[in-house]
Amino acid sequence: MADYKITIVHLYPNLLNLYGDKGNIECMKKRLLWRGIDVEVVTVIDDEEIDFDKADIVFLGGGSERELRIVAERLFNKKQQISGFVENNGSLMAVCEGFELLGKYYYIGKEKTEGLGILDIYTEISADGSRFTGDVILECDGISNKVVGFENHGGITNINDYTPLGKVLKGNGNDKVSGVEGVIYKNVMGTHLHGPIFPKNPELCDKFLLNTLKHKYNDFAEFSPLNDEIENLANQYMVNRG
Amino acid sequence: MRKILAIWAAKISAVLGVVLGKKSSSTPGAIALKICPDLIKKLKGNIKNQVIVTCGTNGKTTTNNLLYSALTKCGYKVVCNKLGANMLTGIATAFALECDVFGRLKADYACLEVDEAYTVKVFEHIQPDFVIVTNLFRDQLDRYGEIDTIMDIMKNALKKANFPTLILNGDDPISSGFGRDYKGDVLYYGIGQEVLSRQDDVKEGRFCAVCGGEQKYNFRHYSQLGDFYCPNCGNKRPQIDFEATDIDLSNGLKFSVKEQRFLLNYKGFYNIYNCIAVYGAIKALRIDVQSFEKILDNYKPQIGRMQEIDLGKPFILNLAKNPAGFNQAIETVMQDKRKKDVIIAVNDKPSDGTDVSWLWDVDFEKVADSTLNTISVLGMRKYDLALRFKYADVKVDNITDNMKDVLLKCLNSDAEVCYVLVNYTALFSTENLMLEIQKEKERNK
Repeated sequence: MADYKITIVHLYPNLLNLYGDKGNIECMKKRLLWRGIDVEVVTVIDDEEIDFDKADIVFLGGGSERELRIVAERLFNKKQQISGFVENNGSLMAVCEGFELLGKYYYIGKEKTEGLGILDIYTEISADGSRFTGDVILECDGISNKVVGFENHGGITNINDYTPLGKVLKGNGNDKVSGVEGVIYKNVMGTHLHGPIFPKNPELCDKFLLNTLKHKYNDFAEFSPLNDEIENLANQYMVNRG
Repeated sequence: MRKILAIWAAKISAVLGVVLGKKSSSTPGAIALKICPDLIKKLKGNIKNQVIVTCGTNGKTTTNNLLYSALTKCGYKVVCNKLGANMLTGIATAFALECDVFGRLKADYACLEVDEAYTVKVFEHIQPDFVIVTNLFRDQLDRYGEIDTIMDIMKNALKKANFPTLILNGDDPISSGFGRDYKGDVLYYGIGQEVLSRQDDVKEGRFCAVCGGEQKYNFRHYSQLGDFYCPNCGNKRPQIDFEATDIDLSNGLKFSVKEQRFLLNYKGFYNIYNCIAVYGAIKALRIDVQSFEKILDNYKPQIGRMQEIDLGKPFILNLAKNPAGFNQAIETVMQDKRKKDVIIAVNDKPSDGTDVSWLWDVDFEKVADSTLNTISVLGMRKYDLALRFKYADVKVDNITDNMKDVLLKCLNSDAEVCYVLVNYTALFSTENLMLEIQKEKERNK
């Protein structure tokens, strides 16, 4: 039934590759292929034109300061296109620095930097430069299992009135005080969590993929279930450890 | 008086540690520093010649211990934190245990492995004359932060130590940067020809440290190591003082440095770097080593450095704790064309790093070739490993907590060799089990 096809555009994996982000790409790709859905992963390496009309999913990972600066500059010139893609219900997954970059402003090191402004959110840093580091457990709407991941961010993100990705059961999340982590807007998912997040949270990955397919194909109904035994064991180990 | 008390306390703690079967080599030093916080400062004056410190992400224990072997073989007395406890406490242990019961220390040299993140703290107590840097790779971001942070810490430490002579890996665009505009002397070592065919990605150091332009390579060995240059500003691999050439990996390691030929019964391409770093240090110390090659050949690798244990067939134990280390280990495993079982154990205790995302940056896909017999995964993050292999389309044969059981299974399999790749906190327990099996076999003979 390769009547369906999803194109994943992976932005600058040579620059944004800090926390095994390619695991998220691999997870999305395999979970589609295992269901007989065709997948193409387009890897954007250079500062080239990007055809967002052909993209079904855009993935933006996390990176170190120097690399992030290069990416920020490149994407700044494309912010109208990205905004158009998002407003048109395109699927965008953004992790860590990629997530912070979507807002009004954020910090690269100690330098306040204008973001892409795709979402009306912003990221501050703490005065003493401390970071939120450790395992995280979330409860997410519409996901029966807990969502597990690892956070390591200096950014304190305020998502205003947007829907968060989940409620924090363990860890700091966006800012340590609001008790929530990440953001959901239309088909955008932003989060500080790596792990990478998708492999150990197959329901979350499937939800993101299903939204993408339903947006692209009016007739797409449901996914066939997969054997997620290993995925769930890895997830439950982290949940039980608490 | 406090000094002698501290030394005694450390010695007693070390003896107790042996009796209790605990291999911690930082506890005695921690106790000694509690009693006498200035212990290292008080003892360092007794080092007759130089203090050599080795830093870097991978290879520092091997490099430091190789240097120690070379110096002791020449008849020198050397203070060394051989077991790899590389923070201030581990160094205090090394000093305290080298003293006699009257608290006197007589030593010619000190060879100290120091954790990069602790260099500032350690150099407050003891200032090296030479610093060897093996490389800087991405490692345990949750503990160390980004490489730039580590570079800043080390630059501060070098300044504090009043610019000791640096012995740097000239193939590493990141750590060779310590030599740029440095106020002390700098020597570089490197590998001067293309040896391995490269497919892995460069994750760090892609960009020129001087101008930020994208770097290119005439040839590359692994990760970011190679003959790099920046087409934009002209920054390039420095002039190499100790260069390995005529390299042959077909049986052990063969290479030449200057006029000297080395034929070593080692595994692992990366060990060439460790050997030439030590060779460079020996030359820099102006020590006349007669049979350096023999010293290298007789060197017994520390636990878990491609350590071969014979259980009736060879079991090879290797410590791997970050993507660069793991990818090099896998590369070495795959160069062995015998039919093999592979056991991998990953824990996530604080000294391992609690974030295991890096597993997705290891090329586990490569493990599955026709010589592979079985794969077993263990450790606290065994399910993460199993999951990683699932998405690499590699079938995992055992997911278990019972290392002994797996070792025995592999011993009785029809593979010719078994590779055991583990991260830090799984290392000692795994070695113990292997030695236990070895003893049991001998008893039953």
